[in-house]
Amino acid sequence: MTTRRFSLRLRAVTGLLVVVWLGIAASLVHAEYGDVIINKRSDAEGVRPVIFPHWFHRIRFRCKVCHHELGFKMRAGSNDITMADIVDGKFCGMCHNGEVAWSTENCDLCHSGKPGLKSRVVGGHQTLGPGRW
Amino acid sequence: MRHRVIGAVIAFAVAVVAGVSAAQQPSWKPLRADGLHDPESPAIGLLQEPAAAMSALPPDTAGNQVRWVEALDKGYIAPRTNILPGTEVQVLDQDILMEDTAGMPIVRFPHLLHTEWLDCANCHDAIFERKAGATPMNMFTILQGNHCGQCHGAVAFPLTECRRCHSVARKSGVR
Repeated sequence: MTTRRFSLRLRAVTGLLVVVWLGIAASLVHAEYGDVIINKRSDAEGVRPVIFPHWFHRIRFRCKVCHHELGFKMRAGSNDITMADIVDGKFCGMCHNGEVAWSTENCDLCHSGKPGLKSRVVGGHQTLGPGRW
Repeated sequence: MRHRVIGAVIAFAVAVVAGVSAAQQPSWKPLRADGLHDPESPAIGLLQEPAAAMSALPPDTAGNQVRWVEALDKGYIAPRTNILPGTEVQVLDQDILMEDTAGMPIVRFPHLLHTEWLDCANCHDAIFERKAGATPMNMFTILQGNHCGQCHGAVAFPLTECRRCHSVARKSGVR
């Protein structure tokens, strides 16, 4: 009888542990799936790294706008982006020019990441993103 | 004794239901707590929060927790196809069946869904040869972030969702 009661308690405790575990797992879900950290130069230049929210942009533009018209190569990290190019209207500067989107004076809106982050795609909660950066 | 048993069973059932519903309910981290944004950044409070944008879109259980194709098809979102007036917007309605998938169901690749988002030049010829079957690939190359894995596992639905690609049953079962 004691054993049986124990096993029932054990089940209840297991159930509660599952809930706690799911809660912890959910709280470990960090950056949004597809966020791109761009920190080739930022740290060295003394500004925060860029966090590029892919989800935000795809709500407003299809992939082909940036990856075809604007010339961003598909593989994250293979684009050599400088502020000089952006100010000249290339890459982000095709839209971030004060006409389509905010202009480059708003440094902090893009350069908003924690200092020291490594450049990569953040893959979210199922996979760790592409195996190669 | 009996009420204890019933109590334990109810507690377990509640725990399981709560766990399952917690696991299925889409939720998005606020930017200040996502591990990437500097909570001290002046951008926090100005940038759109993921939950504000994505909670209104068709829910999914993986990736951004949004069914992006459905969001586009059903008009939840209307992303621009081009910003330069002279750009030719190309769309192709053609399915490719990939049958060499060992015991897994056949892969149906829908060009239409992909070209609604992407331009032909995004994949051809840098990632895939234009001729069907001419590009050697397998799940190992994909899991390493090549071929389909350049997007799936990074920005499109992740590689845990096997049956979304391996979607066509073989007539005679496993070869």
